[in-house]
Amino acid sequence: MNRTIGFLAPWLVTAAALAAAPVVFRSDFALTTLSLIGINVIFALSFNILLGQTGLLSFGHAVYYGLGGFVAIQALNAAEGANFDLPLPVFVLVGGLGGLVFGYLFGLVVSQRGGLVFSMITLGIGELVSSSSFILRSFFGGEGGIATDRTKAAAFFGHKFGPQIEIYYLTAACCFLVIMAVYALTRTPLGRIWNAAREDPERVEFLGYRPETLRLYACSFAALFAGVAGGLSAINFEIMNAQQLGAQESALVLLMAYVGGTGHFLGPILGAAVITYLEVRLSDVTDIWQLYFGVLFIGVVMLAPGGITGWIAMHVEAWRRGEIARLAPSYALVAPAIVVTAVGAVLLIELTHRLFARTMGESALLQLGPFTLDTASVAPWVIGGVLGFGGGLVVRWAWPRVQEAWSAAAPTTKRGAA
Amino acid sequence: MTVAAIELVDLTKKFGPTEIIRGVSLAITPGERHAMIGPNGAGKTTLFHLISGRLTPSSGQVKLAGRRVEGLRPYEINRLGLSRSFQVTKIFPKLSVYDNLLCATLWSLGARYSYWGSLARRRDAAERANELAQRIGLADRREAPAGVLAYAEQRALEIGIALGGDPDVLLLDEPTAGMSHGETEQTVEMIRNATAGKTLVMVEHDMGVVFGLATRISVLVYGRILASGSPESIRANSEVQRAYLGQAVHA
Amino acid sequence: MSQLIAFSLLNGILFGMLLFMMASGLTLIFSMMGVLNFAHASFYMLGAYFGYEISRRMGFWPGVVIAPLLVGGVGAIVERYGLRRVHGYGHVSELLFTFGLAFAIEQLVEMFWGKTPVDYSVPRSLNFVAFRMFGTNYPAYRMFILLTATAMFVFLVAILQRTRVGLIIRAALTHPQMVAMLGHNVPRVFMAVFGVGCALAGLSGAIAGPALVTQPSMAEELGPILFVVIIIGGMGSLAGAFVASLLVGIIQTFAVAINVSLSEVFGPAAPPLLSDLWTVTVAQLAPIIPYALLVVVLVFRPTGLMGTRES
Repeated sequence: MNRTIGFLAPWLVTAAALAAAPVVFRSDFALTTLSLIGINVIFALSFNILLGQTGLLSFGHAVYYGLGGFVAIQALNAAEGANFDLPLPVFVLVGGLGGLVFGYLFGLVVSQRGGLVFSMITLGIGELVSSSSFILRSFFGGEGGIATDRTKAAAFFGHKFGPQIEIYYLTAACCFLVIMAVYALTRTPLGRIWNAAREDPERVEFLGYRPETLRLYACSFAALFAGVAGGLSAINFEIMNAQQLGAQESALVLLMAYVGGTGHFLGPILGAAVITYLEVRLSDVTDIWQLYFGVLFIGVVMLAPGGITGWIAMHVEAWRRGEIARLAPSYALVAPAIVVTAVGAVLLIELTHRLFARTMGESALLQLGPFTLDTASVAPWVIGGVLGFGGGLVVRWAWPRVQEAWSAAAPTTKRGAA
Repeated sequence: MTVAAIELVDLTKKFGPTEIIRGVSLAITPGERHAMIGPNGAGKTTLFHLISGRLTPSSGQVKLAGRRVEGLRPYEINRLGLSRSFQVTKIFPKLSVYDNLLCATLWSLGARYSYWGSLARRRDAAERANELAQRIGLADRREAPAGVLAYAEQRALEIGIALGGDPDVLLLDEPTAGMSHGETEQTVEMIRNATAGKTLVMVEHDMGVVFGLATRISVLVYGRILASGSPESIRANSEVQRAYLGQAVHA
Repeated sequence: MSQLIAFSLLNGILFGMLLFMMASGLTLIFSMMGVLNFAHASFYMLGAYFGYEISRRMGFWPGVVIAPLLVGGVGAIVERYGLRRVHGYGHVSELLFTFGLAFAIEQLVEMFWGKTPVDYSVPRSLNFVAFRMFGTNYPAYRMFILLTATAMFVFLVAILQRTRVGLIIRAALTHPQMVAMLGHNVPRVFMAVFGVGCALAGLSGAIAGPALVTQPSMAEELGPILFVVIIIGGMGSLAGAFVASLLVGIIQTFAVAINVSLSEVFGPAAPPLLSDLWTVTVAQLAPIIPYALLVVVLVFRPTGLMGTRES
């Protein structure tokens, strides 16, 4: 009985959290953000089937997200035009199906090779589809994209999904189902062999498995769920744009999965939530949020390749060994220094950005939250420099201590990547 | 006349102008424990690669139970009942010992690319994996990630994975390399038990292991078989003594 | 018609040689270090921008010399302080590092120079007509690019085939661990190789900048084509990179010159579902061609045209 509770508990908690979220976060903006997080969770989970599970790094995953979305939106418009009365949730499935079909077709080519070559081929296919989208205007809608009206679909148990709250619940439900499905997939024979292929693709071939077929299955499943995310996106925002299958979107999902941690099932979920939130918030505060994402990504690759969940896993291990207290002193040293360095660095970057923007005719004044800084005066630069470099020096000095503490506290959880 | 478990017919392998295998013909009967010995660079591992499908011969034939398999891919040959271990350990480091063994059993138990149904529910796979863990002496390390095992334990797992598919023919490449005396003895015992009723071909440098386990021995020198026969005949063979064993070994 | 063919061939070879200038650096880095430098096209872009800045202050020729050195320096620093730490985490992490780097470089370029193209123009000394053919002028600057690219190719082949350094590099192409065991200071060699590879990319940028548009998107436009080229050629093969570069360069250039669409051949009435494709000219399809070529090559020859080292 206890085991059943232990097994069900996380699922029940998740379902409860998803259901209760709109009660806590009431505004329309919050609901839209939550819906976007839900979509991105599905997207990132689908990506991690390839990277975290099977060891395949794709630079063109957004293709299946985008194509799924376009198929869904075209289907929605077509059904409405032909007076075919289908409820909205069906079109989420249509998106998934669209993703699956293309995932399989492109997969036949892509799955021929593994490793770095696989990554490059996905890049090529990504560009192929991206470039094609400008030519096939009737399907992709050119610059303006394709728009739709989700309330034109048939009612689903009386719901037309007009208001944001209804569409949130649809998204949340799909998100929950996908999380369950992807988790279940990891527990199947295929899922386990994928893991083995991640570790040593050659050995798996000597165990009777054809590597190309394994990769094709991975591509197909990943594309299926990416298509579901795309379909949800089409329904949520009632528009699909060719940008959504491009390189930027592919980079974003990679960032989400990687920052969250590709080695753990929860990684992409966490990463999607964090990155989506950051993206929504940061783009309001600063123009160069993309630069920060790039720096964040490089930082994670260099310093914490296991992502957030990897970092947490290390601390869990330290906790289990009773060594967590060992980390405290070095953390106390290093954490404030890191914060100071970050503040200084951000200040310098923003000032530089403002300075160069000024040469292109924009204002010389930098707005950072409640502070207004003048790029022409020396003071902000000095402050930024002192904080940034000073803090950096302290971090540099304190870092070996932190590393020592980590190796003593959690020697087996390596900071290696997926 | 029984069909040979493995038959090599005039096998050659060239890499560019360099000929590694220069014409090897050999027939291994089912149930034999055949040891392949010879100096380093003789081509023993290359021969394993040719038999298991990692390499394609430049000329000649490889037959598995009478069926020609040269040019087939490793997974195809494995599905015909041949399994191998590697000289340099190739295990799945992040998976547990149990999962390593489980993966090895799946294809032969018909699991294929199944994405329906929990792996945990597959009794046959679980039983076989547990039994294997017992056999290779790693039952108490079931849950440990394979990457943290000691060297000898990893070599044992290496053999366990090769045994996973319950193959008819087993190729073991230097199974006791780098092991201490005690570990070697244990491993030899394990191999003896595990390969009852199977055909075993192994590459070995430890003469104690070779003469202890093997029912037949072939000596490979510069890509050719210098001699092949019972352990006694090999021990007594003067050419072999000169080329490989050294004068210190007397019949 | 022959005018079309002649010019397209000339321009195609030019584009191909430009691609090869970059692909060669990429292949060298990959062969020696096993790292696929996703940021390679970004270093190309840096070369163009550095060349622009230097040519503004000191003239074109100093720019062409100094910019590659600067870019090579940046590359060496990136290797020493960035990439080196990531080596231990595996090839995926290395690739991801260079991926993040490419992204960051593009953002930084946008920050310092803005999103619109800069006026990196052909110097007066090279701004004349090289020759006339079939009544059309061929600019001397293009001949300059062609000459530089060819010189670089010859230089590269000479170094690889006739010097000790070249011997080591060729050995490392297939047996990098062995080279390390022979006692060469591998980290320093890595830093040098990465630096030189990036410098080559920087040189391409400094030279191509005036001919093509110098803007922040130039890296992400050329990057994927570059990777397609080395896959088609077979990763780790310089000869393959050469052949593939020329192939892609020539085919793409020819395609751009062909302003024919299906409607012109088969009449204006498009069959159902093909309406988009009916009026599209081959020239408009040109951007897709390298990727379509990739798919075709992979279907028939999965290891690329001349693949040597597996990833």
